[in-house]
Amino acid sequence: MKSRTFFWLQLAFTLVLCAFLIGPVLLSVAAGVTENYFQGISSGITLRWVMEVLALYMDTIYLSLWIAVCCLLSNLVLGVPVAYVLAKKGGRLARFLEELIVLPIAIPGLAIALALIVSYGGFRDFRTGWAFILVGHILYTLPFMVRSVLAVLQSINFRELEEGAASLGAGFSQRFFGIIIPNCRSGILAGALMTFTLSIGEFNLTWMLHTPLTKTLPVGLADSYASMRLEVASAYTLIFFILIVPVLILMQALTNRRF
Amino acid sequence: MKANNTILFFLALPAGLVFLAFFLIPMVRLLGIGASGDEGVAAYFSILTTPRHFQSMVATVLLSCSVTLAAVAVSTVSGLFLVRNQFPGRSVLISMLTLPLTFPGVVIGFLVILLAGRQGVLGTFTQAVIGDKVVLAYSMAGLFIGYLYFSIPRVILTVMAAAEKLDAALEEAARSLGAPTWRVVWDVILPALKPGLIASGAICFATSMSAFGTAFTLATNIDVLAMTIYTEFTLGANLAGAASLSIVLGLVTWAALFIARSLSGSAVAGGG
Repeated sequence: MKSRTFFWLQLAFTLVLCAFLIGPVLLSVAAGVTENYFQGISSGITLRWVMEVLALYMDTIYLSLWIAVCCLLSNLVLGVPVAYVLAKKGGRLARFLEELIVLPIAIPGLAIALALIVSYGGFRDFRTGWAFILVGHILYTLPFMVRSVLAVLQSINFRELEEGAASLGAGFSQRFFGIIIPNCRSGILAGALMTFTLSIGEFNLTWMLHTPLTKTLPVGLADSYASMRLEVASAYTLIFFILIVPVLILMQALTNRRF
Repeated sequence: MKANNTILFFLALPAGLVFLAFFLIPMVRLLGIGASGDEGVAAYFSILTTPRHFQSMVATVLLSCSVTLAAVAVSTVSGLFLVRNQFPGRSVLISMLTLPLTFPGVVIGFLVILLAGRQGVLGTFTQAVIGDKVVLAYSMAGLFIGYLYFSIPRVILTVMAAAEKLDAALEEAARSLGAPTWRVVWDVILPALKPGLIASGAICFATSMSAFGTAFTLATNIDVLAMTIYTEFTLGANLAGAASLSIVLGLVTWAALFIARSLSGSAVAGGG
């Protein structure tokens, strides 16, 4: 009897926490499609604000998607091999290198952005192009890809698999693409989804690295929060949610399975 | 497998070059620039010697500590509950609690405005009930709400991972010896969770210390460290000051995350 009350109390607490996290999201979705937020939803439902945002900020949405895709591809090319090397070598050096690669998560985006600006700000074309933002995003997301793949490699016995293949005469590239990559695909997929959502939402670095011609979605969002009416800001946020929430749910389906 | 090392070297080379060119060398340059101002190397101690920087540091540390305590407390209650009970809808609750994991700080700032800003629900509610409009969003309280918002998903994931590994036999032994529930929680469960709780607290502290987006949306006149660095750089055009402050901040967050990683083996970090 007593433990039942305890159960319901904890459930109620957890529901309050859920309301705190999800409530504001629903609020912003509602505000984005409301004719006049001040009067409430009874003023009518409209897509006017969404259309206005699309007309004003469409280029930021394209740019963010483009950078996120490039970031994801770069992470596949750069990160997956590194994870394999770290898993294969092991030992103290590998741990030190892993610690180095993870540094960009630990160091505030502002510091990394400042460092990039003081080092490469002089190269005008690079500084004013989207590639400058991409570089920042790659630094920040690479650790997530490396960790995700490394975790899978450390949990399977890939050395034995590789030795088996080698004894049957498989060369290195055959082993890497035929054995290693397929066996890591859950880690690669999780890392890919993570890097994609992080890149689309990255603000701390991007705010310092962007120029008026290279505004990404979060930069546009900050812009609209500061200068647009609440309905437009909400509609813009709604578009952002539509882009990332499906990816987040997919990611949860992959990683939360163990709970 | 003699050719192996050469292959491994070339596999790691592209990432190594990118990392060297765009991270290590720029960071070293930043380190030098931090000491290039009028005060030289002493700029690195400006966080202690310049009153404005010191105040901003104290405010940021206090804010991050209180957010950490609150986030760890509420997440432990819900995280333990979700790991130890099976009921319909449980996985939906877990999804909801971890969904905001990668929401950018700016968006979270906006959500706080909707909650407790000038046209927020809190204001409307308090106006109706006590006749006075309560607006918290643009103060320290607003930052607290925002930081708590982005901390809960991270902390809950770490707590749940730690709770999964709890040894059920210990708990059963305590119960069979007649321990009441609160003693089982206090003497068995919490001590076993301790490394996980410290780890998640350290992650939470580090993210709060360096969070920029939320403060950028909300804080028109609150100086948290990230905002101080930003204003030094843009308004003050004080590159050396901004560089030295951001390196000091980086050291603090790195140390916190290092503690987290050595205790839990993995860290759920991300931008705030």
